Amino acid sequence: MSVNVDLTTVWAFIIAFGVFAYVVMDGFDLGIGILFPTFRVGEGRNRAMNAIAPVWDGNETWLVLGGGGLFAAFPLAYAIILPATYPLIIAMLLGLVFRGVAFEFRWRDPGHRKYWDAAFFGGSLVAALTQGMILGAVLQGIEVTDRAYAGSWWDWLTPYTLLTGLGVVTGYALLGACWLIWKLDGSAQDHAYAVAKKALLATLIMLGAVSLYTPLLDGEYWRRWFEAPGIYFASQVPLLTAIIAVLLYRSLAKRREVAPFWLSLGLFLLGMAGLGVSIWPYVVPDAVTIWDAAAPERSQVFMLVGVAITMPLIIAYTGWAYWVFRGKVGTEGYH
Amino acid sequence: MFDAADALLLARLQFAFTVSFHFIFPAFSIGLASYLAVLEGLWLKTGKALYLDLFRYWLKIFAVAFAMGVVSGIVMSYQFGTNWSVFSDRAGPVIGPLMAYEVLTAFFLEAGFLGVMLFGMERVGRKLHFAATFMVALGTFVSAFWILSVNSWMHTPQGFEMGANGQFLPGPSWIEIIFNPSFPFRLMHTVTAAYLTTAFVVGAAGAWHLLKAHDNAHARKMFSMAMWMAALVAPVQIFLGDAHGLNTLEHQPAKVMAMEGHFESHPDGAPLILFGIPDQDAQKMHLAIEIPKLSSLILKHALDAPLKGLDTVAREDQPPVAVVFWSFRIMVAIGFAMLGIGAWSLLARLRGKLYHWSWLHRAALVMGPAGFIAVIAGWVTTEVGRQPWTIYGLLRTADSASPLDAPAVGASLLAFVVVYFLCFSVGTWYILRLMKKPPQPHEGGIEQTESGPIRTAGITPGPPQGDERQGREDAT
Ligand code: HDD
Ligand code: HEM
Ligand code: HEM
Repeated sequence: MSVNVDLTTVWAFIIAFGVFAYVVMDGFDLGIGILFPTFRVGEGRNRAMNAIAPVWDGNETWLVLGGGGLFAAFPLAYAIILPATYPLIIAMLLGLVFRGVAFEFRWRDPGHRKYWDAAFFGGSLVAALTQGMILGAVLQGIEVTDRAYAGSWWDWLTPYTLLTGLGVVTGYALLGACWLIWKLDGSAQDHAYAVAKKALLATLIMLGAVSLYTPLLDGEYWRRWFEAPGIYFASQVPLLTAIIAVLLYRSLAKRREVAPFWLSLGLFLLGMAGLGVSIWPYVVPDAVTIWDAAAPERSQVFMLVGVAITMPLIIAYTGWAYWVFRGKVGTEGYH
Repeated sequence: MFDAADALLLARLQFAFTVSFHFIFPAFSIGLASYLAVLEGLWLKTGKALYLDLFRYWLKIFAVAFAMGVVSGIVMSYQFGTNWSVFSDRAGPVIGPLMAYEVLTAFFLEAGFLGVMLFGMERVGRKLHFAATFMVALGTFVSAFWILSVNSWMHTPQGFEMGANGQFLPGPSWIEIIFNPSFPFRLMHTVTAAYLTTAFVVGAAGAWHLLKAHDNAHARKMFSMAMWMAALVAPVQIFLGDAHGLNTLEHQPAKVMAMEGHFESHPDGAPLILFGIPDQDAQKMHLAIEIPKLSSLILKHALDAPLKGLDTVAREDQPPVAVVFWSFRIMVAIGFAMLGIGAWSLLARLRGKLYHWSWLHRAALVMGPAGFIAVIAGWVTTEVGRQPWTIYGLLRTADSASPLDAPAVGASLLAFVVVYFLCFSVGTWYILRLMKKPPQPHEGGIEQTESGPIRTAGITPGPPQGDERQGREDAT
């Protein structure tokens, strides 16, 4: 049994890594989509789009890994969470359809470009909002009886999930703005700086609001965050968040080009850590632990072999693809 | 107003709708990715600019098709959980890992190299660019490998154990699970189908431009390449389909009975029913046109071999016969039509008239969409023929669905229909518009559109490279 326990923990971390990679990478893609209308039609929008065109598909693949990995490693969790958040999942998928085809379609047809720009914005916004709401819906708890979702189909819609949804939208906008600061120059970059500051403020407000709200939910969040021994670890998270927020603000003020992106990643990493504090070792809070949901050892071992072999390769060639397209977007003599 | 049966029906419709739409794009992108790799390889080998022009021409089309394949595919990977959660919980330990392997070995490969393939020609040099194209093509094949293994396992499950909680658990050998009995046949038949589908699209585009100008060198090359594929691969596909059918007879006899329309058993030689009107309620075939004993000859290689009919299968275990019967005939008819075009093109080639016989070109143009119809018909045969099971003989479709209310499933189905028709018909229209223009000497790269050059991620369009200019002069 003890071997199994370890494997399950390993898998929980692999899934968490996949979700984090997705949130970060598609996060800045979706963030750019959310900010798209604020860019000037023509040059500004084209360059913002080109900053992600060669990499968005790879970024989105992490979502397939997150979903597929959950299916494979924790089938019960997959079978409970997806029906419970059904309308959100469908809306997210449809949002991703619009945003994905817009990459190609807007170049194919200048006459209708403004519609595909709108689809790019709308699709990105819906995808980000629903991802945040799915997160909130899981955190606030899901009714389970007999290995299946037992709630009704509006359970996911609460003020709390709206709050987490907006939180993810602002966070992605921050990531997107910081990515653009890195990839653009000139007036478009000035614009990205201005947006990044606003997005940072909004993100911090949302982060604070969600952090205050979560412990008030039913369940054990209060105990985890505010009673010993949880508090010794948990209290580090807000502290570090505050430090990074200050550093990020200063790097924006000093017009650093690369640091803001990495610092905003740091914010997300701490968000993940906070999430870990809240939820570990459950996948569906207070109902299903990772061990309840885990696939049998044979499945886990088989996949672990695959991950161990392919993940370094994936990271290597993904890194190579990013490196190929390094430098500023569309500016003569700047690479 | 609604009950569980409606929710099930809607969930089935939704799966059928989304997967059929999805498969249209892989059927094209699996073949086209390989075609692009061949074109680029030929360009590198011969230095002829013609190949580069064709490569760039089809690359733009590929980009649009691939984007649609990706977004419709992401929907599929979540369909299992949203609409078939009971199935996901129970079969997850066996098929989940295979799908995870698909993500790890195929999707990342495709997506990782796609950016370089589409936008990186000026940035990485020719050899590396060719390697990227090759990786994308390889990725599409590996993806087909895994997903078809999953699908085949559901048709011919083996190598599993039943868990106490009702889950299917992997047995000691994954090889047995992956290489289940119907998988090799399905993989070969489906990948070949993708190649044929692409060949007929390329052939139709070539034919269209030949009809407008017989001497268009680019159109000639496309058409000739496509017709070689038709002539050589269509017979192979018919052979593979036959072998697939024999294998199915062994493992899913009820499906073959439905394909053949055999309601009755034939103890001394079964007829091949060409056409007829199946009536499942009466368990009879009306107005059958049949060739005596031929079915036994095809399936058992003996005129008098006995063949069982649906009268040996309980009514509640029978698949819907009419759908399977007709979809199978559509596929087979298209298979023979493809064979015919291939043979016709050989004749034309032999006479030196490949670029001049307008009727051949018109026929090839009409056959352009045939591959798509055949692959969808093929999948309908396969999947409807497996009913009423999702895991053959072990888990019924009715017991696989999520505990969802019919209005939720109905509303999402409606949303999928609206969004898919909107997005994918616009995309198809863009593809047709791209194909309407003939390939040009100096065909622009993907970075250049009608509205002027867009510069992708740091690319500054520079003067053509030395040997590239040279290549272009060779062609003129
Ligand atoms: C025989 C081939 C084949 C079949 C039967 C399927 N697919 Fe597919 N799929 C592909 C061949 C393919 C591909 C060629 O690899 C695609 C098409 C275009 C593309 O981008 O990759 C793809 C894309 C694709 C993607 C997007 C990958 C990405 O982000 O790059 C997902 C998530 C799926 N598929 C999932 C599925 C599921 C869940 C299926 C079954 C129900 C399925 N596919 C059937
Ligand atoms: C593990 C993978 C798969 C699962 C779980 C699955 C499951 C199902 C289910 C539950 C249905 C509905 C039953 C019905 O409506 O009759 C269905 C139908 C269908 N599937 Fe699959 N399938 C899988 C793979 C595939 C693949 C790879 C394809 C091809 C691209 C495919 C093509 C179809 C089609 C065309 C139908 C429509 C049949 C119909 O409903 O009339 N399926 N499948
Ligand atoms: C006369 C020629 C053909 C024969 C005899 C034939 C036979 C078959 C059979 C028996 C099946 C069902 C297998 C099963 O589920 O048990 C099948 C499925 C299928 N066929 Fe064909 N086929 C032919 C031509 C074609 C053509 C021309 C295409 C496409 C270009 C095609 C594409 C497919 C696809 C995509 C499937 C579903 C996947 C699979 O199960 O392999 N077939 N075929």
